[in-house]
Amino acid sequence: MLNSSNNEKRLDGRSRDEFRPFKLEVGVVKNADGSAYIELGKNKIIAAVYGPKEAHPKWLSQSDRCILKCRYHMLPFSTDTRKNPAPSRREIEISKVIREALEPAIVVKNYPRTAIHIYIEVLQSDGGSRCAGITVAALALADAGISMIDLVVGCAAGKVGGKLVLDLSDLEDKEGQADLPIAIMPNLKRLTLMQLDGKLTPNEFDEAFKLALDGCYQLYDSQRNALFTKYFNVDQSVSENVSEGVSENVSEGVSEGVSENVSENVSEGVSEGVSESVSENVSENISEDPSKNVSNGDNLN
Amino acid sequence: MRKSVVLDSLKSAKIIDGLSKGTRSDNRDLLAYRDLTITTGVIEKANGSAKVTIGDTEVLAGVKISMGTPFPDTPDQGVIIVNAEVTPVSSPYYEPGPPDESTVELARVVDRGVRESKMLDLEKLCIISGQKVHSVFVDVAVLNDAGNLFDATSYAAISALASSTIPELQINDGVVELTGNDLPLDVSTLPVSVTFSKIGNSIILDAAFDEEALVNARLTLVTDSEGNVCAGQKGLPSYFTLDEIKTSSELAFTKGSEIRKVIEEATNFGKTKK
Repeated sequence: MLNSSNNEKRLDGRSRDEFRPFKLEVGVVKNADGSAYIELGKNKIIAAVYGPKEAHPKWLSQSDRCILKCRYHMLPFSTDTRKNPAPSRREIEISKVIREALEPAIVVKNYPRTAIHIYIEVLQSDGGSRCAGITVAALALADAGISMIDLVVGCAAGKVGGKLVLDLSDLEDKEGQADLPIAIMPNLKRLTLMQLDGKLTPNEFDEAFKLALDGCYQLYDSQRNALFTKYFNVDQSVSENVSEGVSENVSEGVSEGVSENVSENVSEGVSEGVSESVSENVSENISEDPSKNVSNGDNLN
Repeated sequence: MRKSVVLDSLKSAKIIDGLSKGTRSDNRDLLAYRDLTITTGVIEKANGSAKVTIGDTEVLAGVKISMGTPFPDTPDQGVIIVNAEVTPVSSPYYEPGPPDESTVELARVVDRGVRESKMLDLEKLCIISGQKVHSVFVDVAVLNDAGNLFDATSYAAISALASSTIPELQINDGVVELTGNDLPLDVSTLPVSVTFSKIGNSIILDAAFDEEALVNARLTLVTDSEGNVCAGQKGLPSYFTLDEIKTSSELAFTKGSEIRKVIEEATNFGKTKK
């Protein structure tokens, strides 16, 4: 069913399992505790994390964990026709599902009585902004040094012109028959967001789900790389051949060996403390087994 | 809707303990629904209406069809809007006020199921392109919340639509007039929502109120009469494994078609159509 469409190009010349060009950057807002920026096609989205800080109003705080506040917001000039700056029902819903997509990755028990604020501003939207928002917000959380058991990465697949495709653009989303945004914790293989708009047969649903899953892993590589670029000043894609002297030279801070060591743990699918160790202060001894930092992921929520 | 339900620790321990052994506090199977009843035509002034009960959960939906103007980007399509309201009569935990994010999510997920299933052909609801269309408003009010509002609200909305009438019109020299007759509203498919709730590692259907206080992840899947899945939503701050998604997406079809039979019966779906 799908093979026949494999070689046909889409409206913008992409193949069916190809992303639009994207760029990720960590640490873009000076005032924020953590921040990140993503461009995905014409999407330009900035995410900032403030906290953990005192929860307001006070009665919202919880004695055994932090609370998360998340706002996804589109700027008035981000769309074709001006968007009213007041939060729409769509934005209220998306803020909620993004928060719920990120929360499973955060070790909320580490920050009792506090609030972590996640702000996502869409500077320009081009389809798939909720998934890009999740991807970039997870980076901002890691950048803020928030304890996490995994990153969260999101992307959408959908059905356009009867064919299943990855990463729908605005036009494809509007003209298409279905849109399936998902977000996962890539190392733990847990699904934290799923929505579906439009009709799919059971087979198409399975295929689209797989397509989106593969997309998430593609994006995850770049997500991780963006963290390495900020914290180790090393492009991970060129550090593959660094192999020895890892545990000796770490304690003095940044070195090429560090990113190699961490990336090994990540790619082995270590289920604990991976992104935490990445986002922790770099001068800490990173060669320490990351799994010691956090207890078993299942007990965290 | 404001849900800050705190369950007695004894009660929650009992529920969790029961689920781990495969039993529920009301002796249902993990994947069994409570009794579902649907009564249509309960509000005379509405074009269509339905009252749905699932166990003690009680939800009322009404359809109002009026003439309106189309959206500028879809000049030849009618308008359908589904809204849900969780009234303060429905639970001691809820207070009046603007809808909070849970209510917005509920309304949008129900709307998505109706809209994406294309159960109403919006082009048939166009009267004069760019100027006059039928606007179909489906409003659902929760009267008693005993759990599983997502499914109850969805069943009420589609039952009300499937039993609705639409005013007959005639156009004389560009002037639209009501003939005074009502025609049955044409509904092509019945999108049925099935909501899975995850407590610990157990997945249950049709969570009751007490169970809902313990649910850490929720998955709603909507399937249509032709065997397509047409809408979905994962909610609440925990996760599903990939296997759980696979099993749930299969179960949504089998459970959905059982429930569809009840809705078909209540609305005479497919029987009274021309």
